[in-house]
Amino acid sequence: MAKVLIPTPLRQYAGGQKEVEVSGATVGEVLTALTTEFADLRNHLYTSDGKLRTFVNVYLNDDDVRYLDRDRTAVAAGDTLSIVPSIAGGSR
Amino acid sequence: MSGVTAPAGVPRATALTNEEIERYSRHLILPEVGVEGQLKLKNARVLLVGTGGLGAPMALYLSAAGVGTLGLVDFDVVDRSNLQRQVIHGTGDVGRKKVESAAAAIAEINPNVRVVKHELALSSENALDIFKDYDIVADGTDNFPTRYLVNDACVLLGKPNVYGSIFRFEGQASVFAVEDAPCYRCLYPEPPPPGLVPSCAEGGVLGILPGIIGLIQATEVVKLILGQGEPLKGRLLLYDALAMRFRELKLRKDPECPICGPHRTITKLIDYHQFCGVPQAPSAPAAADGEIDPAAVKARSDSGEDFQLIDVREPHEYQICRIPQARLIPLGELPQRLHEIDRSRPIVVHCKAGGRSAKAADLLRRNGFTGVLNMTGGILAWSDKVDPSVPKY
Repeated sequence: MAKVLIPTPLRQYAGGQKEVEVSGATVGEVLTALTTEFADLRNHLYTSDGKLRTFVNVYLNDDDVRYLDRDRTAVAAGDTLSIVPSIAGGSR
Repeated sequence: MSGVTAPAGVPRATALTNEEIERYSRHLILPEVGVEGQLKLKNARVLLVGTGGLGAPMALYLSAAGVGTLGLVDFDVVDRSNLQRQVIHGTGDVGRKKVESAAAAIAEINPNVRVVKHELALSSENALDIFKDYDIVADGTDNFPTRYLVNDACVLLGKPNVYGSIFRFEGQASVFAVEDAPCYRCLYPEPPPPGLVPSCAEGGVLGILPGIIGLIQATEVVKLILGQGEPLKGRLLLYDALAMRFRELKLRKDPECPICGPHRTITKLIDYHQFCGVPQAPSAPAAADGEIDPAAVKARSDSGEDFQLIDVREPHEYQICRIPQARLIPLGELPQRLHEIDRSRPIVVHCKAGGRSAKAADLLRRNGFTGVLNMTGGILAWSDKVDPSVPKY
C-alpha cells in the first residue's frame, strides 16, 4: 500500500480526504486505483486522451516522477505519492 | 549578490549614516551581514509584483531590513476584504491606491528606502522595461498569466524570480531562474485551463498564510542579496498550515523547457492571456442574452411576477448573506438536484459575482431547462444596486 497525499484543491473530488491508502506496484497502477475509487479525480488529473495534465505534478517521496520512470516508476510499500497542482493565489 | 548595481541616478552607497548604524545594529553585529552586507542591502533593488497578501509582508520586512530600492507593481485599490491579510494597508486606506498606501507604510517604517511606484498592470509590453532596473523580482501575483509573464521576463533577463503562491491553507515557495536553477515552467510547463483551479477570491485563504509564505520569500530575497546561506533553488517548499507541516520536493531543470532549456522556443514575451486560455474582458460588458440585472430581478419580484430564484453558492456563503426568496442549491450539487427545480416556471440563478451562476445557467440549459437567466454580478451587485444592507464578502 502506498500513501497518496491529496492537495487542498482536489480534496473535494476525493471524498474530502487528505490522504488515501492505495495499492499498486507502479505510479501508474497507484493512480489508476486512486481514480477508480474516486472517478471525479480522473478529469482533474488526466486529459481526455489519458495523459497526466501538465499543471499537475506527481512526486514519489520527494522526486518528480517525470525524472524517474514516469507511470512505470516502481512504488514500494510505505512510499508516499504527492499530487502537487499549480496554484496561483497571492494578491487579491 | 555581488552584481548589485546602484539604481539609475542614485550613487552607489559606500557608507552607512549614523542613523542607519543605529537602526541596523542587530544586523551589523551578525557576522553574516555586517556593514558590508548592510551596504549590499542598501544598494539592492527589489521589485515586488503585487502588494497584496504576499507583497504586503515582503514590503514591510524588506523595507525594515534596509533594502535600498523597492519597486511596487500594483494597479489595484485597497478593498475592505483585503485587510484580513494585506497587513501593509490599514482601515483608513480603503479606496486608496495600493501602491500609495504601501509607499506610505514603508516611509513610516524606514524613510531610507526609495520606493518606486509602478501603478499599472504588468504586461508583455512593459515587463522587460520595468524588470531591467531591478536585481531581484519577487512574485506575489494572484493569477496564472502574470506568473508565467514574471517567470519568462526573469529568465530572459537573467533575474532571480522569488516565487510564492497560496491557496486556502497551503502555500508553495521556491527561487526560480537563478544561476542553473529550474524555472517556473520547468515545474509547471502549462497552466490549468481556466476555471479548473479556483482563485483565492473564490476559494478563500487563511489570512495568516500569505504572511508565512511572503516572509519565506522575503528571507530568500535577503539571502540572495547577502550571498549567504543556501537559496531555495531547485526545491519546492510546501507548507500546510492545518497540519503545520513543511515538506520539500526536488525540482529539476526540464531539458525540454521552452524558455530555459537548451532548445528554447520562447525568446520573447508572448500573449499570456491567450497562453492561459483567459479571454480578455470585453471593454464594455453589455447585458448578454440570458442575463438579467439585479435591479430587473427586484422589479420582477416587486411586480409579483412568478419565477424561481436559485442561489448556487456554498452553504457557508449562504450563511453570510442571502437574498430572501432565493433557494440554495450549490453548483456542485446541481446535477443531482435538477428534479427539485420546476421546469414550468422561469428560473433566475445567482452566485457571489456571476461566474458560478453562469456555469449553472449553462448546465440547466443543457439539461433542457428553458427561461433560465443568470443574474449579472451576483449578490455583490445585488448589494450595490438593490439592497445595500446585504453585506459584501
